[in-house]
Order: sequence, then C-alpha cells, then structure tokens
Amino acid sequence: MARYIRFWLNMFKESFSGSKTYYLWVGVLTALLLPGIYSYYLQLSQGLVVTNMVDQVSWGAYIANFTFLVGVAAAAVLLVVPAYIYHRDDVKEIVLLGEILAFCAMLMCLLFIAVDLGRPDRFWHIIPFIGRLNFPQSILAWDVIVLNGYLLLNMHIPGYLLYKLYRGEQPTRRYYMPFVIISIFWAVSIHTVTAFLYSGLGGRPFWNTSLMAPRFLISAFAAGPALLIIIFYLINRFHPYFRVKESVSKLLITIASVTMPINLFLLGSEVFKEFYTNSSHVASAQYLFLGLHGHSTLVPYIWTAIAFNIISTIIFVTPVLRSKTSWLLGGCLLSILGIWTEKGMGLIIPGFIPSPLGDVVEYTPSIHEFFICLAIWAFGALSYTVISKVAISIVSGRLKE
Amino acid sequence: MSENRTKEQSTNRSLEHRLSEKSGQLLNQKVKRRSFLKGAVAAGAAAVAPMGTASAFSFESFFQKHYREMTPEDKKKVFARIQRELKKEYEIEVSISDPAPISGVKFVYALNLSKCNGSRKCVTACQQENNLPADMAYITVLEMPRGTMNVEKGNRYYKGESVPKEGNYYLPVQCNHCENSPCTKVCPIEATWKEKDGIVVVDYDWCIGCRYCMAACPYEARHFNFKKPKLDASTINTSQSYLSNRVRSKGVMEKCTFCLQRTREGSYPACLEACPTGARKFGNIYDPESEVSQILKQKSVFVLKEEINTVPQFFYYFD
Repeated sequence: MARYIRFWLNMFKESFSGSKTYYLWVGVLTALLLPGIYSYYLQLSQGLVVTNMVDQVSWGAYIANFTFLVGVAAAAVLLVVPAYIYHRDDVKEIVLLGEILAFCAMLMCLLFIAVDLGRPDRFWHIIPFIGRLNFPQSILAWDVIVLNGYLLLNMHIPGYLLYKLYRGEQPTRRYYMPFVIISIFWAVSIHTVTAFLYSGLGGRPFWNTSLMAPRFLISAFAAGPALLIIIFYLINRFHPYFRVKESVSKLLITIASVTMPINLFLLGSEVFKEFYTNSSHVASAQYLFLGLHGHSTLVPYIWTAIAFNIISTIIFVTPVLRSKTSWLLGGCLLSILGIWTEKGMGLIIPGFIPSPLGDVVEYTPSIHEFFICLAIWAFGALSYTVISKVAISIVSGRLKE
Repeated sequence: MSENRTKEQSTNRSLEHRLSEKSGQLLNQKVKRRSFLKGAVAAGAAAVAPMGTASAFSFESFFQKHYREMTPEDKKKVFARIQRELKKEYEIEVSISDPAPISGVKFVYALNLSKCNGSRKCVTACQQENNLPADMAYITVLEMPRGTMNVEKGNRYYKGESVPKEGNYYLPVQCNHCENSPCTKVCPIEATWKEKDGIVVVDYDWCIGCRYCMAACPYEARHFNFKKPKLDASTINTSQSYLSNRVRSKGVMEKCTFCLQRTREGSYPACLEACPTGARKFGNIYDPESEVSQILKQKSVFVLKEEINTVPQFFYYFD
C-alpha cells in the first residue's frame, strides 16, 4: 500500500517538473478554466437561463461537444487493435497515449453532461442500484453505463501497465488483456449508444435515421486519427526526448484516407434522401443547408464544415500532399473542425428546428456557454498533457521505483 | 411477491389498494440498505448543490426518495417540508394533497375544433390553477390556416384580440398523455411515469433536468424551468398536490397533469371550465355512458401525429 501511495506521489511530483514551454502551456490552460468556473457558478445560482437554450431548442453547445468527444474517445480503438491484436511494436510503444486520450475525452464527456443538468445535485439518482436507473428502457441509462464503463476500462488498462512498468515488473496478461478485448467492443458501443440516443426519437425526423450510428463511428474514425496525428506531432516537437515513430502516423493516415471519403459518402446519402424525397420532414435539413423561412444561422457554418471535410479528404487521399508535414497537419486540423461542426452543432441544433409544432427559434451559445465549453476543453487538454507527460516518463524508464 | 400480485388481481378494489400499499412498504425495506451507500456520496454532493436557492442545502431533501418509494410517513414529512418552504418564501399557507388514481377510471380528453375560437381562455386558466409563471404555458394554441392538418404550419404567436380570424381554425395542443409515451420511456431515472388512470406525471423532486424527455416529446408538451419560476404570492393557488400543481423549483421539468388535483377529486380540469365555447370534453373512457365515450363512438375523432404511434389519449374532432 505504501508503495502504491509513493507511486502516486512520484507521479504527482513528476507532473510539476518540466520545461518553460510546459509550464507556459499548463499555465495558459489553467487560466482558461477560470472564466468557465465563474460562468458555471452563475449557471448554478441562476439556472440554465444563463445559456441560450429554450424550450424549443433544449440542448445546445454542451450536448454538441459531448457528442463529438464520445467519438474522440472511441477512436482510441484504432491504436488498441494494432497494438494488442496485431502486435505492432511501433504502435505498442504509444498505445498508452491513445488510452489516456480516451480517458480524458471520457472525463470531458461526463463534464459536458454534468454542466447540462438542471439539478446536478441530484446526480446520485442515476447511480445504478442506489438511484433509479431506468435500464434497459432509456437509452440515456445505457449511455450512463457504457460511458462510465469505458472510463473505468481506460483507467484500469494504462493504470495497471504503468504501475508495473514503474516497478520494473512484467505485467500479468490476464490482468489486462481481457479488459483490452472488452474495451475494443466497448469503444464501438459508446458511440453506437450515443447515436441511438438521438436516432431512437420518432418525434425528431432529422435524427430518426438509421445512418446515425454508422456516421458517428466513421466520422470518429476520421477525426480521431487526425487528432492523434496532431498530438503525436506536438509530442515529437516539444518533448525533450520521447519520439513517436513515423510509421504510427503512416498507419493513422492510411485509416483516415479510407474513413474520410466514407464520411463524405454517408453525408451525401443523407442529403440525397432528405432533398430528393422532399417530404415535410425535409424542413430541418433545409434549415441547416439552405435556411428556413429566412432563418439561416447555421448555413455558413455547415458549408464551411463541408468544404473543410472535402479539402481534408483530398489531402489525405493524395500521396504528394499528405507526405508534406504542413499539408498533413492542415488537413488534420480542417478535418477535426469540419467534423466537430458537422456532428456537433450541425447535428444537434437542426434536430430542434423547426420545433414539433412548427416554431422556428434559432440558437447560438451564450457567452457563459462559450466559457464553460472552453473551460472543459482546457481541462481536457490539461489532464491529457499532465497524464501523458507522466506516462511517457514511466514508459521511457526515467520515472521508476 | 408473485403470489402477492396474483392475489392483487383477483381481489376487490379496496383490498387491491391495501396490497399495493403493502408492497410499497416491502419495496422500502428493500431499499433501506441504499441509505448506507448514500452517505458516501453526500459529501461530494454538498459541493455541487445549487447555490442561492430559497432553502439552503438540507440532507433531508437531498436524500428524499422517489415518490413511488415513499411510505405514508415519508410523504407526510416531505409535504410538511414543502409547506414550510412555501411559507418561508411566499408567506402563504398551502395544502399539499396526494390524490391516488381511482381504479376503474382512465381519463381521456376530447376537443371539438369546430367550436374552439382561439380565445386562449384555457391557457390563462391553466396558468392560474397550476401555478405557472406568465412566461410558461402547458397549452399552446395554434392558429391553423384552413386546408391543412399539419401542426408545423400553425402559428402560435397570433394576436388574441380579434379571434376567430377568417380562414383559420384553432388547435390547442397540450400533453397528450400518450399510451405509448416516448417521454417516460427515455427518462434515465424514472422521474416521469404514467399513472394507472393514464396521467403522465413528474416527480419534481426526483428529476435531474437532463431534458431528454423534452427532446422525445412530439407535442412540445414538456416544459423546463430554466430559472426559478416568478410567481406572485397573492395569486398562488394554495390548493396544491405533490404530483401536479405545487410550486416547482428551477432546473426541473413540468407538464400538464390533466389537473389531477381536481380531476381525481371529481372536478373538471381548469382548461375545460374556462372554455367559453364548450369545445373541451373530459371524462372516463372506461365508463360507456361518459361524454367522452359517446364522442369517441359517434364522431370521427383523430389524434396528432398518429404515424409516430404514441397513441395519444387526447382526441380532436369537427362537427
């Protein structure tokens, strides 16, 4: 026990040692938390009225970001499979960084759900057996289970492996491999369940599409590799000694060069179905892509997102372009922004517009929602930076018992 | 348990009532072990309790059970607490009733669209009866152009002075108390459910405010307290019930309850009584002689969004 406590103390100490750049980065992220904390204080005391959500548009930026981040968490499986199943040594060296990303993304997801609740003080009502979880009826109850389960899996696997490495011992396979296998299926389940959350609602025709879950997974497997490529680039650029092998990025590029075109194809399928059928249910798609009755807030965003997705797809499928670092990083950034817009605000908001009784009420996040979202993103980046820094120190043998 | 259930089905009403009370107590004994676990989460929860609410954080309300797990003694305590809080905040004496569904009764609403003139008298009567702030209403009256039944073509923002307007008809929409209710299905914590008499209710003290039910409802029948409802102490209806018109807190859902505080005691809902044209009909569908049963037999009634298969218990007709 004392050894285990010392392990945590050592990691804690390690998280405070670093270069000036490290301190600057961590400092900036911490500073970004502050306005969000203040805004959340206001939200707690006044209610969700400080957001721009209303009865007609009852979910907004919080749920949009949540949806995107579930995808980021699920994308970790793209490193887990080659590392543990196909035994790629280059991927095995960094698979912990993928699992830690999944863990941090999951933390952010839970925070986004928490800030969206009207009565967060009653959170214990959703704890299985203690509260009254409406399982298996409610898909949100399923989501509570799969998201928290995935959080635990991605806490246990890297946690166990790091502790063993720290002690210089060989990890026991049966203490982590079964969980690795479960986590592969679990990764698919978290994004499927999150898609079913929306697609299971008959009263929202825009969401009521069986393409939702496949689109979620494919877009996650497009934006996920893009984010990982950027993270690995930053590690190679700023970490004093640790280097991610180039072959890992190559693998991720290959994956994204398949998933990005499929993502566009699925988007096209949806657009065709909506506009060619031209039933009364086209109204939400019309609002998103063309504007409805003079309301067109989302139109420029969705077309920018589509342009970003097309450009990044072209970069990823063209060998001359993707082999140049600057083009590659640009493509990754565009892909992340494009998919974040498309499956975040571009998916959640049109589901509410027009409302079931035909009202058109537009939504843009309030300043408080903006700061709270920013703070949660900063918190995610902060935890990822700190945890992966400590993990790298252990993996490379600098931090040991 | 299973023996209890079979007995319950075969015995008369009063016994059924007693038995269901008894099984409720059994359930409570079962859940007692939970209170031990609850201690562990209490400390953390105190930190996230909303600040600035009327009543400061109390362990009593924090650990309050789900309505359906409460014993009669629990209820007494909870109702007393609600009365205390309202007294403190608004300086009013309220009564908190808890009328149970009457067995052999299932409520159904029928609305004659040929008669409705769009006066919105139902809307204001509902707000008054159910302690709603001015900016919230359970009934949305749509001004519909003649020639369409598509509610998405309605206008809810019409001016109220010169109704009815030529070329329009008026379609009031409120909770449909669906047989196949999507709102109760999606609630992650069973904070909303359908009672035996068909009424869909919310336990305001259990709801966590995730608003999933709102996304699921195809009739915009569910409303969220984005802020603390602003009520005038002098106009608060002091005759309140736990599952319906008591004063709500911020951060929870609420909706039309067919005025169960009135209808379960044998009165009509407030919206019906306020209707100047007699367009609204309400009653027990299990009684073949009731007005609603006759209407359902004789008129070509229809429901909203039938294709979603929510099976509404709110019917419309023209005559």
